[in-house]
Amino acid sequence: MITLNHYLILSALLFAIGTAGVFLRRNLITMLLSIEIMLNAVNLTFVAVGRYLGTVDGQIITFFVMTVAAAEAAVGLALVIALFRHRETLSPDAFTALKW
Amino acid sequence: MDFSALAFYVFAALAILASLGVVGQRNPMYSVMLLITSFGALAGLYVLLDAPFTAVTQIIIYAGAIMVLFLFVVMLLNVPREEPAPALFATLAPHGLKIGAVLSLILGGEMVWALKRLPRGWFDQDAAAQSVSSVALIGKSLFTQHAFAFEATSILILVAMVGAVVIARRGQPS
Amino acid sequence: MLILIPLLPFIGFVVNAFLGKRLPKSISGGLACAAIVGSFAVALAAVWSVVSSHHAMEQTAFTWITSGELSIPFAFRLDNLSSLMILVITGIGSLIHIYSTGYMHDEPDSEYARYFSYLNLFAAFMLVLVLGASFPVMFVGWEGVGLCSYLLIGFWFKKKSASDAGKKAFVVNRVGDFGFILAMLIIFVTFGTLDIQAVAAAAHSTYTPETAGIGVITAATLLLFLGATGKSAQIPLYVWLPDAMEGPTPVSALIHAATMVTAGVYLIGRCAVLFSLAPITLAVVAAIGTATALMAGTIGLVQNDIKRVLAYSTVSQLGYMFLAMGVGAYAAGIFHLYTHAFFKALLFLGSGAVIHALAGEQDLRNMGGLKKHLPITYWTFLIGALAIAGIPPLAGFFSKDEILWRTYSTEWPAFHLLLYGVGILTAFLTATYMFRLVFMAFHGERRHEAPPAHPEEEEPVAHAAAAHAASAHVAPSTKHGTQHAAPSTQHAHGAHIHDAPPAMAFALIVLAMGSVLAGFIGVPHAIGGNNWIETFLEPAFLAPDAVHEAAEAVHAGASVELMLMGLSVGLAAAGIGLASYFWLRNPAASAAWAQRFSGIHRLLLNKYYVDELYDAAIVQPIKGISTGGLWKGVDAGGIDFAVNGVGLGVRGSSSLLRRLQTGSIRVYAASLFAGAVVVLGYYLWR
Repeated sequence: MITLNHYLILSALLFAIGTAGVFLRRNLITMLLSIEIMLNAVNLTFVAVGRYLGTVDGQIITFFVMTVAAAEAAVGLALVIALFRHRETLSPDAFTALKW
Repeated sequence: MDFSALAFYVFAALAILASLGVVGQRNPMYSVMLLITSFGALAGLYVLLDAPFTAVTQIIIYAGAIMVLFLFVVMLLNVPREEPAPALFATLAPHGLKIGAVLSLILGGEMVWALKRLPRGWFDQDAAAQSVSSVALIGKSLFTQHAFAFEATSILILVAMVGAVVIARRGQPS
Repeated sequence: MLILIPLLPFIGFVVNAFLGKRLPKSISGGLACAAIVGSFAVALAAVWSVVSSHHAMEQTAFTWITSGELSIPFAFRLDNLSSLMILVITGIGSLIHIYSTGYMHDEPDSEYARYFSYLNLFAAFMLVLVLGASFPVMFVGWEGVGLCSYLLIGFWFKKKSASDAGKKAFVVNRVGDFGFILAMLIIFVTFGTLDIQAVAAAAHSTYTPETAGIGVITAATLLLFLGATGKSAQIPLYVWLPDAMEGPTPVSALIHAATMVTAGVYLIGRCAVLFSLAPITLAVVAAIGTATALMAGTIGLVQNDIKRVLAYSTVSQLGYMFLAMGVGAYAAGIFHLYTHAFFKALLFLGSGAVIHALAGEQDLRNMGGLKKHLPITYWTFLIGALAIAGIPPLAGFFSKDEILWRTYSTEWPAFHLLLYGVGILTAFLTATYMFRLVFMAFHGERRHEAPPAHPEEEEPVAHAAAAHAASAHVAPSTKHGTQHAAPSTQHAHGAHIHDAPPAMAFALIVLAMGSVLAGFIGVPHAIGGNNWIETFLEPAFLAPDAVHEAAEAVHAGASVELMLMGLSVGLAAAGIGLASYFWLRNPAASAAWAQRFSGIHRLLLNKYYVDELYDAAIVQPIKGISTGGLWKGVDAGGIDFAVNGVGLGVRGSSSLLRRLQTGSIRVYAASLFAGAVVVLGYYLWR
């Protein structure tokens, strides 16, 4: 039988994969994609626990999370475009203006 | 094994493999496609969790809107394949992959270990009946209990729209 | 009314200090003189009222300090002792103010006004000192006169020796003031009050004379005496007085002869009740006074600067006063203070007239034969010299003899006969050096040229000195030398030297009359007088509620007293005779004697090398500690290092911390990740 634990473990794994992606990839867009993975993992957690508790609040939270994720993706991609225009590259290592 | 358990494992495996692909792929176009696959798998999982509304919303918003946006950007910028790591942080860079992998494993392991210590949480079967008519319930809850957050979110979207236009605009304003 | 006495000169100070630059000399000088003469008039009225009513006058100006149980009003008290003092201060002060209008006439307006403002301020503080009813008020005056002494000694501060002398006076005085303050603390702790009358009453009723060991009273009085040695130039703190001659001569007359230096003597007289209860202190006072008198007398014998001789003479006469205080003859000491004020002021003013006439010449070896050129100066000076030598019936004879008689006839201290011997020897020396001065300056051949147009031009003077080397002492380089402290005189006096101008002559004549007549208030019983001053001053030296004891039973031995009188007069005459032999009739002999005893001569000329000793033993070590230890070690090394170190530390740590800002997004993400792992792990662990 599938228990809540299964879902939680699954979302934990997905979250870890997303985090690894943020850390390891040297491409801004791929980093953003990894962030989306993380958000999805969290969504899964919410829905699973909401189902477990028998309320509908889990889905409501996911509704908001999706909205925020959309907004964030939009702004993030706009930033990526602006940055790309500057340096013609998408490697995060090229943007070191904040270095001491 | 009943159908739901099998479905769960299938969708779960698909989601994990697709995510791994997103993280591991060098070609960004492939990454985007694989992520769409992952979202699809997750949508299936939502259905299994008696949350059809969420599943549909997932497909529409995530796979349909956000990923398309990503695709547009990828094609607009003509993002090349990723080069090998440059010699930045020369001392640490060769080990960067290893460190990241180790950290991720640690994180994942922590979570699993923690979660395993929780008591087994069985899903309540009776509650399944309630959640089927979830759309009406969701709507009612959204517009009454969480009305403020709902409205705030709309403003958030507006801000994001304006921000995206401003940031991505070409050239300086006169 | 009492307040007016110090207030008038203080107002004079304020006006001259702030407006003096814009006032012409006649107004600023006239104002200052008016202030002090006015004070003299008020003093006369006050003294008249005190004497006729046989009751002390008191007045409080304002409440000064109130703190818990301690309450110190700024109060004045006029009794018999302070009456005499204020008359001396305001009277002789007025004369010197008038004299100064003539002496300082060549100064520019602003300097003239500054001088008079300081002089008035000094008079105000001195009056506060003697009128103070409590120790703190007296201390205000004490410190104030020290300050004015510094200001006036260093009046021509552009000259380094003058400003150095001012500093030396102030610093040495400070050492004495330290003793005064400690004494005040002891007195307050013991008696709970600082009002002098109250302290005297409490001491008289509670304590018996401390003959065995050092008790509280002895400690307090010894510390008070330390303060007195500073102010009144006794051993060990006399070293500032000869250097103080850098100031203008009227200042030397007023401050360092007649008034400020007598403050120490006054202090002992004022606290007579306390001192009477501490015989050990009295013995110390007498011994130091006598030793100082002898030492200063020997030094004065060979000095070549006219003012230095007089300075050492002052130190010596002050020694006499302390000797008197030490043997318990307080009235005699004050009597000598009073007569000394007259003739010492006269001598100083006379020397000032000489210096003024010679356009700044102060070296005795370059004077001579002034008798016919400066008659008024000469005759008044001679009267002063006779007075100080103790020739009857001039003033000095009565006072000095009273002291010597009391020293001889007292029972305490045990070595009083030794003190008497030294005292009589010093009297001999006094006569000798004083008349050496008279003969060298006024008699004999004229060794000086007409004063040159430029004071710096010393060649004619140097030639004259070389030519008359036989008549001058062969002296090695002296530190005081021929210091021309005169104001820059732009006009040459021509071939003739003019005597004192009217303002100066007036003061000289009045003081000469005083030197003659002043002694008659203290004619001893032995020769038929009634020793009025002793009976007048007696109540001031007793505790308020003490029984008026009959005059001490020292009447026994009137014949002995007459014999001693004769002895002292004889020695004085012998001293004059000796001086006339060496410096009038046979000048070469003095040079020969100087050659023969050249070692002693050099020792005396260099003042027993005391200044050098102090410098090596005290000044240099303090300088060394201050420079090496406190400045370099504590201030630069410690405090500056701590402050700078904070800055350096911040800079160092920030240069390390800034490396966190790598600017690389991945590093930031990595650190976020790592942090999350740690925090999560922590919570999971718990």
